[in-house]
Amino acid sequence: MSSVPSTYTPPKPQSIWRAPEVSLRFWPVFLRNLLVWRKLAIPSLVGNIAEPLMWLVAFGYGMGALVGEVNVAGPTGTVAVPYILFLASGSICMSAMQAASFEALYSAFSRMHVQKTWDGIMNAPISLDNVVLAEMLWAAFKSLFTVTAILGVMLALGISHSPKLLVAWPILFGVGITFSCIALIFNALAKGYDFFTYYFTLFLTPMMFLSGVFFPLEQLPVVVRVVADWLPLSNAVALVRPLFMNQWPADAVRHLAVLAVYAMGSFWIALALTRKRFAK
Amino acid sequence: MNAKLFEVQHLHKRYGDAEVVKDLSFEIAPGECLGVIGPNGAGKTTTIRMCLGHTVPDGGSIHALGLEMPRDALAIKAALGVVTQFDTLDPDFSCAENLLVYGRYFGMKDAAIRARIPQLLEFAALTHKANAKPGELSGGMRRRLSLARALVNDPKLLLLDEPTTGLDPQARHLMWERLQVLLQQGKSILLTTHFMDEAERLCNRLLVLDHGKKIAEGTPRDLIAQHLEPDVVEVFGVGALALVDSPLRNLAARVEVSGETVFFYTQDAGALLQGLAAHPQLRTLHRPANLEDLFLKLTGRQIREEA
Repeated sequence: MSSVPSTYTPPKPQSIWRAPEVSLRFWPVFLRNLLVWRKLAIPSLVGNIAEPLMWLVAFGYGMGALVGEVNVAGPTGTVAVPYILFLASGSICMSAMQAASFEALYSAFSRMHVQKTWDGIMNAPISLDNVVLAEMLWAAFKSLFTVTAILGVMLALGISHSPKLLVAWPILFGVGITFSCIALIFNALAKGYDFFTYYFTLFLTPMMFLSGVFFPLEQLPVVVRVVADWLPLSNAVALVRPLFMNQWPADAVRHLAVLAVYAMGSFWIALALTRKRFAK
Repeated sequence: MNAKLFEVQHLHKRYGDAEVVKDLSFEIAPGECLGVIGPNGAGKTTTIRMCLGHTVPDGGSIHALGLEMPRDALAIKAALGVVTQFDTLDPDFSCAENLLVYGRYFGMKDAAIRARIPQLLEFAALTHKANAKPGELSGGMRRRLSLARALVNDPKLLLLDEPTTGLDPQARHLMWERLQVLLQQGKSILLTTHFMDEAERLCNRLLVLDHGKKIAEGTPRDLIAQHLEPDVVEVFGVGALALVDSPLRNLAARVEVSGETVFFYTQDAGALLQGLAAHPQLRTLHRPANLEDLFLKLTGRQIREEA
């Protein structure tokens, strides 16, 4: 090895905002999470789909009997749909959001902070960027798994038999990606699990009520609607609901673009904040 | 010394106003075990973190295997084995699964890892625990599993940060035995420790750090010979402290007092021990000077704030 002059100084520390440096090296980390989950899949599946289905059945059939049909604006004018279909198409987006958020907050935080799994991984030749990518895709995958199970039950209950559900499925994966990216920002900032309660109570819960999951957005005051139109969940619902009704969504490109901007912007912020957290 | 395996030059790191590593240089030759000792807060863990590329130095350079940190961090880590102070084992996996999953992080094929698992478990004396999870293991077993995990990629150099802290004597001796086997196999080790007997037993060379600076470097024997008188007589009991002002004081080259105990450092303890025979109420311990004496001489007897 050549000797190094004593005046040598290493390059300036890199900016936390530099572009993500990701590669296929994320895959062993994803596989690790998959292997843990395989051991717990059945109980976690019950937890993941039982609650959304209870909501759906109780609200959908119970409230549905009171509400009857709901008018939904579509590309070919207003369509009246049964409340259970209205609710199912919204709540599946909500389930995608919640499954991804839980995994990217509580579970990722356990691995990052409590178990120090990430530290162990980074003593091997895997970079932080790839660990964060793996966690993001893992949370999205778990969300997709939950969504798939719920979709299966919805098909069995005959809530929708639209062939366009095949298109809804990858879109719901995208919804999972978007919300796992957003959640990882809060993971990077968290000092403890308590912090996530704020995220759920102050961010996700209000968004559920402002995104057209339970009632049409048209019922909201105009000022609130302006905000609601730019929420990631309302864009997800706007894409998925028509597909449940066997229609193509209006403004699909705009809604997809909004979700993509949220996903990419959030991933970048989450990565920068995680880099900052680990640069000690 | 052969070609350098690992070389650190003029390393600096500060956190705010605190300079935690100051102009630190050292190297590790192939097959060598270098021990880094120092009180809490001396900069040991920060140095290890910089060697792993987790912390970016404010100055200086780190080279390993012809590569440079942090630029080639991943390539360097591919040839390193790391055991950190706190276990990062996967609690949901069995011992065997922990090794399999960790091997994948190095890009190893499953078949290649599975072929290594039995010998790694045997090395860690964990063959009978292959299917047990870390939570079912004792502290010593967990540390040995961490060591086995660090060996999955057959590294040239091991970085071990306090590998035996918290272990009972049996577990510690087994760990030492395993580390000696690795050294015999030609592996190199960088070891931080608080245990002077561990440092003396395993390390070819020692680095004494305090307040981020290297204050001594050399083989354990040379360091002791260089800084200390060969004999130590410890005296304690009622009236021991009065000896400091007695004529016996002059029979020792150096005297230290710690609490109720007087330490006489001397070239030849014979005359001193004869003199002490006149004080049968005092308890005396005559022993050769060791690394612990050296450590305390160089870094002082005060408890550190961080301790």
